[in-house]
Amino acid sequence: MSTESKKPLLVLEDISLSFKGVKAITDISFNVYEGEICSVIGPNGAGKSSMLNVINGVYIPQEGTITFDGKQFNKMKPHTAAVMGIARTFQNIALFKGMSVLDNIMSGRNLMMKASFWETALNIGRAKREELEHRLEVEKIIEFLGLQSIRKTPVASLPYGLQKRVELGRALAAEPKMLLLDEPMAGMTMEEKLDMSCFIQEVNRNLGTTIVLIEHDMGVVMDISDHVVVLDYGKKIGDGPPSEVMNNQDVIDAYLGVSH
Amino acid sequence: MEYFLEVLVGGLLSGVMYSLVAIGFVLIYKSSGVFNFAQGTMLLLAALTFVSMTERQVDFKIAFIITLVMMVVLGIIVERTVMRPLANQSLLSLFMATVGLNYFLEGLAQGVWDSAVHGLELGISNDPIFLIDEFPALGLDIIISQFDIAAAVIAGTMILGLTLFFQYTRTGLSLRAVSDDHMAAMAVGIPLNRIWAIVWAVTGVICLIAGLLWGDRVSVSFTLTAAVLKGLPVILIGGLTSIPGAIVGGLIIGASEKLGEIYLADYFGGQGIEHWWAYTTALIFLMIRPTGIFGEKEIERV
Amino acid sequence: MYYREAGRLVKRFASDRRMLPLMEDRWILIAFMAFMYIVVTAFASDYLFSAILIPMMVLGIATLGLNIAVGYTGQLSLGTAGFMCFGAFAAFNLVLRLDMYLPMAFFLAGIIAGIVGIFFGLPSLRIKGFYLIVSTLAAQFFAEWVFNAYPWFLDNNSSGVVALPQHHYQVFPFQELTPLNAEFWHSYKGRYLLTLTVTLLLVLACKNMVRSSTGRNWMAVRDMDIAANVIGISVAKTKLMAFFISTFYCGVAGAMYSYCYIGNLDFMIFNLRRSFLIMFMVIVGGLGSILGSFLGAIFVYGWPIMITRLGDFIFGGGTLDTAFVENNSKIVVGTIIIVLLIREPGGFAALWNTTKQKLRSWPFAN
Repeated sequence: MSTESKKPLLVLEDISLSFKGVKAITDISFNVYEGEICSVIGPNGAGKSSMLNVINGVYIPQEGTITFDGKQFNKMKPHTAAVMGIARTFQNIALFKGMSVLDNIMSGRNLMMKASFWETALNIGRAKREELEHRLEVEKIIEFLGLQSIRKTPVASLPYGLQKRVELGRALAAEPKMLLLDEPMAGMTMEEKLDMSCFIQEVNRNLGTTIVLIEHDMGVVMDISDHVVVLDYGKKIGDGPPSEVMNNQDVIDAYLGVSH
Repeated sequence: MEYFLEVLVGGLLSGVMYSLVAIGFVLIYKSSGVFNFAQGTMLLLAALTFVSMTERQVDFKIAFIITLVMMVVLGIIVERTVMRPLANQSLLSLFMATVGLNYFLEGLAQGVWDSAVHGLELGISNDPIFLIDEFPALGLDIIISQFDIAAAVIAGTMILGLTLFFQYTRTGLSLRAVSDDHMAAMAVGIPLNRIWAIVWAVTGVICLIAGLLWGDRVSVSFTLTAAVLKGLPVILIGGLTSIPGAIVGGLIIGASEKLGEIYLADYFGGQGIEHWWAYTTALIFLMIRPTGIFGEKEIERV
Repeated sequence: MYYREAGRLVKRFASDRRMLPLMEDRWILIAFMAFMYIVVTAFASDYLFSAILIPMMVLGIATLGLNIAVGYTGQLSLGTAGFMCFGAFAAFNLVLRLDMYLPMAFFLAGIIAGIVGIFFGLPSLRIKGFYLIVSTLAAQFFAEWVFNAYPWFLDNNSSGVVALPQHHYQVFPFQELTPLNAEFWHSYKGRYLLTLTVTLLLVLACKNMVRSSTGRNWMAVRDMDIAANVIGISVAKTKLMAFFISTFYCGVAGAMYSYCYIGNLDFMIFNLRRSFLIMFMVIVGGLGSILGSFLGAIFVYGWPIMITRLGDFIFGGGTLDTAFVENNSKIVVGTIIIVLLIREPGGFAALWNTTKQKLRSWPFAN
């Protein structure tokens, strides 16, 4: 899957982000091409999560522009990102702890539910129809992720690995064009990581969803990515296919901790 | 102009009285993140205990000491029976517990003492000071209440003491650590239980002082618990975690209340606007600074 | 135990979404409804209507309203009684000046209260956490002041209180032609039926909302509003919607409180104490639970009555004076709140659910 022939879905130009004097990201530009799996890697504190937060509007960069699907933004807002088809998962799991698995994933479809509260109160019209229609789609996701037996369980009582899966489900429920995954395999066992890699790859292959992935496990990165971007101390030090990036001296230095 | 000054100064001074109540809230919130709704009732209990002794001709100093001990003990009991079992739960639960505690203490107080109104004399003169006579150089022909000044001085001293305590002593540092993250504080060996006991005991003392001052001013009865309602907008303006904020908030509320009563009441068709006016003032301030003027912003990390 | 969900499979999503999936539950509900509508109406005494059934239902609705804001959406509100006050006065003025039918007046009173609620809910878009109580407390004090300061709302009644049964109101068109005429509707029986019907409809509507996208949005904002924003939920709209619906319920409850329960329009009864009492009902009953709202209302309201009755029964009539009962109730309710929070933060509703769970495997222990 060569990246040159595909068009860029996301173009980041000269993004700079600082928090009261601490520069988290300095002048980063890269493209994410449609239909690819792009991994963002780098040592801890390199600015990877911040980068993701900039893409979907949780942080607003002081400089730079974001172009998604042809539209340019100086300031992206989370709500706008969601409407445009960007969905994401979080490093520390941002599930709705008071709700069940089913409700959490259903909430991912909220942008497609147009019923007003009058209709929901009387359970008529769009409300009734939408609950059943979207339930069907959500059940497909539940089946895909193997969550059938726990669909009514409150998420707070689930083990960590399953919670991460539910969060992926909620992101998938939005039928996004681009999926941002922040360390989806952190804290997982070998088996769970295998499952998660399979899910990610299937989503990419079958639905054509573009995926941007922050990941520390190099095995996974090499295995599933089409494109790798390397960050270190808020700057980009590598950008290209996995094999090329892994042999880049700067990248090796960064990971081995050579001072520069 | 001079009338305006008189109202303003009167308002500022009465605002200090509100600050007294507010400090109790801030102290506990700062040290444990709990919003102690039972503050007002604790105030009342202190005042009632003191008054029932002085009415029986007990000497002022002895009554004071006995009440002091009682308040400290009460504080420690509350910490042990209510706060500690709930230490792991959400702040909302802790708040609701204090709401329940408040109700409980109210029933207790009303059951043990009746609802009669008791007068309280602290020996501070209530005579007005004619500024033009005492300080002719200022050239201001306004009247200030001596009691208000005394209260302001007491409150000011207390606040100064507490601020210094929090900033410059080790216990103060431990208190701040505990309020920030009590898990982390435990991890570095800070004795949580002792710290919380100290906090609630000190609060008991503050309640005593505030209760006595308020009791003298408005006499001791159940309406004293309404002092809480005045304290709330004060801390909300000043910031739940800031002791100097309690003073600033008190001044703002006190001044705006009195000024509002005099100058705005006519536009709003009558008396009685002071309650909602105080809260509306607080609301306006909060819209500009959602965590109070000196409050800490809560940062959520995703 | 045969009475449980295990082993009963469904084939359609619609069946899965049923409010009462068990057939036994549906029969119980029908029986209960029949009992409430037919048996109780025919045989209950006026005392039972006026002092037990009607107030518990009305307070239950008010508690439910507060629960929507606090329990489901996580927005602290202490102005419940103030919003009830708006509802009561709105209903009165609508009936008085527009000769509206009572149920319609209740509905519109709710809408008016809802609009007031949106207004005082606007600060929630900027202020979070405890600081938010300042807004609803402002609403509470404002309500207490405005109806006192402008006698127009009370039809310039000099006594400050309006006795409602003496005022003419109609419940539905042409009611004069039916045996259910004005006299009936002014009686406790009539008021009971009206309250029961309104309560049922409101509970049904709430249940529907909670199980749908509306409810999910509320709970998402409560649990983690940043995440809610990221997945596309408009946090602002959701919060305001929650305030609107919450105060709608409180407004209708207020109107019913005046018309069906007390029979008087008096702004003094909608004071801060009342707001706190309803807050207690929410805490005791369980945050985020419809059943809990009613359980809490029944307990907090019913305890003093029960104590008085018990005292009369054990010690002979009239030994326990009102002051003692009041203080005792405060102590007990306060203690229950603390104990519940320590042992079972979900309130009576959670206790009920746990009991149901245990009964499923009874007599085999877990």
